[in-house]
Amino acid sequence: MKIHKYDTVIVGAGGAGMRAAIESTQRSRTAVLTKLYPTRSHTGAAQGGMAAALANVEEDNWEWHTFDTVKGGDYLVDQDAAEILAKEAIDSVLDLEKMGLPFNRTPNGTIDQRRFGGHSRNHGEAPVRRSCYAADRTGHMILQTLYQNCVKHGVEFFNEFYVLDQLLVEVDGVKKSAGVVAYELATGEIHVFQAKAVIYASGGTGKFFKVTSNAHTLTGDGQAAVYRRGLPLEDMEFFQFHPTGIWRMGILLTEGARGEGGILRNKDGERFMEKYAPVMKDLASRDVVSRSIYTEIREGRGCGPEGDHVYLDLTHLPPEQLDAKLPDITEFARTYLGIEPYTDPIPIQPTAHYAMGGIPTNVEGEVLTDNTTVVPGLYAAGEVACVSVHGANRLGTNSLLDINVFGKRAGIAAANYSQKADFVELPENPESLVVEQIERLRTATGNERVAELRRELQETMDANVMVFRTEQTIKTAVEKIADLRERYKNVSIQDKGRRFNTDLLEAVELGNLLDLAEVMAVSALARKESRGGHYREDYPNRDDVNFMRHTMAYREVGDDGAESIRLDYKPVVQTRYQPMERKY
Amino acid sequence: MATPVLDKVEADSAASPYITVTFRVRRFNPEVAAEASWQDFVLEIDPKERVLDGLHKIKWDEDGTLTFRRSCAHGICGSDAMRINGKNRLACKTLIKDINPEKPITVEPIKGLTVLKDLVVDMEPFFQAYRDVMPFLITKDTNEPTRERFQSAEDRERFDDTTKCILCAACTSSCPVFWNDGQYFGPAAIVNAHRFIFDSRDEAGEQRLEILNDKDGVWRCRTTFNCTDACPRGIEVTKAIQEVKRALITRRF
Ligand SMILES: Cc1cc2nc3c(=O)[nH]c(=O)nc-3n(C[C@H](O)[C@H](O)[C@H](O)COP(=O)(O)OP(=O)(O)OC[C@H]3O[C@@H](n4cnc5c(N)ncnc54)[C@H](O)[C@@H]3O)c2cc1C
Repeated sequence: MKIHKYDTVIVGAGGAGMRAAIESTQRSRTAVLTKLYPTRSHTGAAQGGMAAALANVEEDNWEWHTFDTVKGGDYLVDQDAAEILAKEAIDSVLDLEKMGLPFNRTPNGTIDQRRFGGHSRNHGEAPVRRSCYAADRTGHMILQTLYQNCVKHGVEFFNEFYVLDQLLVEVDGVKKSAGVVAYELATGEIHVFQAKAVIYASGGTGKFFKVTSNAHTLTGDGQAAVYRRGLPLEDMEFFQFHPTGIWRMGILLTEGARGEGGILRNKDGERFMEKYAPVMKDLASRDVVSRSIYTEIREGRGCGPEGDHVYLDLTHLPPEQLDAKLPDITEFARTYLGIEPYTDPIPIQPTAHYAMGGIPTNVEGEVLTDNTTVVPGLYAAGEVACVSVHGANRLGTNSLLDINVFGKRAGIAAANYSQKADFVELPENPESLVVEQIERLRTATGNERVAELRRELQETMDANVMVFRTEQTIKTAVEKIADLRERYKNVSIQDKGRRFNTDLLEAVELGNLLDLAEVMAVSALARKESRGGHYREDYPNRDDVNFMRHTMAYREVGDDGAESIRLDYKPVVQTRYQPMERKY
Repeated sequence: MATPVLDKVEADSAASPYITVTFRVRRFNPEVAAEASWQDFVLEIDPKERVLDGLHKIKWDEDGTLTFRRSCAHGICGSDAMRINGKNRLACKTLIKDINPEKPITVEPIKGLTVLKDLVVDMEPFFQAYRDVMPFLITKDTNEPTRERFQSAEDRERFDDTTKCILCAACTSSCPVFWNDGQYFGPAAIVNAHRFIFDSRDEAGEQRLEILNDKDGVWRCRTTFNCTDACPRGIEVTKAIQEVKRALITRRF
């Protein structure tokens, strides 16, 4: 075991982690621990763009953007945070440009902008061009640009270090962060990082679904680490299903394809979104479009022999436009489906995409231990966190924005804190939980296999808590997950070695997915209403009287060691917008 | 009713899409044996699946010790560059049907970097070469503009190709010069220097050119085009290197 001491430790080197690192490295001695090489992070997969009311191509302002974000989130958004997001969007795009990001340009040489779902002029009048982009590889450019600037600022990375535990210590009755425990992939060694401030920026948790746009490595490690230490997770029932994943594979085809004029069609060639969202049509918010697609499929208007998908039609767009604006996704269609998008429509289905919920924070990125109290020294930003700027449904292009705005804020806040705070003394045997977990898995002889349990988990999640949910389907998922958690105790692995033991880490990751799946399902069961990404067929309406509130899920351990989940609720911050019926 | 679930591929049709293929994988684990060796795995697989799917089938259902890097699984993160049938490819972008499944499919680690375990190599020297070309925008403005810097669409287009690089190392590890001498910067580092040299906003082109003028710099390139063939992003790597060479001669970029 090795012990390291840094002022600030950042967990994750995606967009949020690196944006934080650029700030924090200039102010405090910082280490970034990341299970992937920074440029492998899933921010690089983002395609469509980053929202900011630059008004470079048409009239726009941050207040319209705030409104769209609040409405898009079905009013579960904390409006003070949404206002910060929309206001600081402008500088955060300009910051990236100054760091070197090669945005697409307008004929006058300014940053070009395009349409995206749910973004409108003047509170819903018509779609607005708000998304700043670099072809359909905006996330790639953001990730590269941030990494380049980390190189420039000499950010210290610990690559292929997996953070598996969060150290919390009570000092004078106050729970504080003392550091983290990490596992080094190359050697199997355990490292304790003592730090005055820790920032989680470890990304999402989409891998508990089968059809998903998320990377294999998005297993919610950060959420699980703090949850297991008794901190709450907020709004975990809200998961976004993106309308256009490649049929069966889930690989994303950006909403930018519809922003550029792409149209969804059913087996009769009908542009069905006209029925469901007369104004915004194909550019209605994602939850609305995903439900519309499944409604078409259920009512027998799906495509293909099994009627299990619909088409994304780009054939009416000029090939030059596809080449210039959507080169990557058209290539995905060619590579993975053998389809030529110039001439043929692309089979798509909704794909599990984005976790709206996560580790609750305030607008400075400070992590909450209940509805109001912060944990000194603990921060979170990006998809792992819940500020909450996305509420019940995130708008497209608002996450690349979120990671930049709140990554920067968390980086500054954490570094300022570590400049004045003292180190918290490490607990006795700080590594013990991780050592025990690793040794148990390495020496286990049970007959359950990681891959099989993961497959069953993903299947039950897809079948029961995806776009449509009912009491009965959610209960089925809760029971299945409980069963899988039991069976997980008998899991064994084949690789017993210390060197690059990815077999072991997949087992650890599965444990995290199971914990988080349970939180999601239990939170979903209790929310007896439909809002944004959480749609209950047995409660099809939004219920502002009983459910205009955030879910806070806590892990409880009884005297007998039995684990359970306690749900509590937190009020939504409302400033200027009263909840209205959501129509597109 | 629950969300409709797609039927499993197996249930698809009477004619099973599955074929039998052999994966011949280069194994190495110094914890077990000092030497590398080949191991064959026979799999049932849909030819429309990826080589990565095959590797996962092996790891998940047969042999959990098989070790490789992967993340996004659709050609964006750059984790899974490997030598597939003797050519550098991303395992997640190579479909079985496109590589003649009749014969065993060989899968080896990329060359020129130290193998650590199975298909995992030490990427540090690769990233070091990248860092050495100062891969970040350098400007001399003393007062930064309040808004964005202007750049015409044509100026932006000038370096578009080299912005696509995902640092997977497929190009560098396909280069015979790099195999023989790991000191050579390698194509990926030059591509990333190109991305800034030809960016109208950047003002450190001269400095970068000097770095590449080094004895281990661009002049080592023998124009074998392996790198261009290997690039999973379709970057015209050799052309980019040629442009850097030309800029060194003319000092115009
Ligand atoms: C295909 C796709 C397209 C998208 N397109 C858009 C778009 O156009 N616009 C938009 O706004 N949003 C988009 N999104 C959403 C957006 O890209 C993500 O929400 C965002 O990039 C997440 O960034 P992050 O920094 O929070 O996490 P990530 O980029 O996922 O980074 C997570 C980091 O945490 C590290 N990590 C994880 N676990 C551990 C651990 N245990 N120990 C140490 N390190 C760890 C990883 O190594 C990684 O570096 C898209 C998402 C997907 C999947």
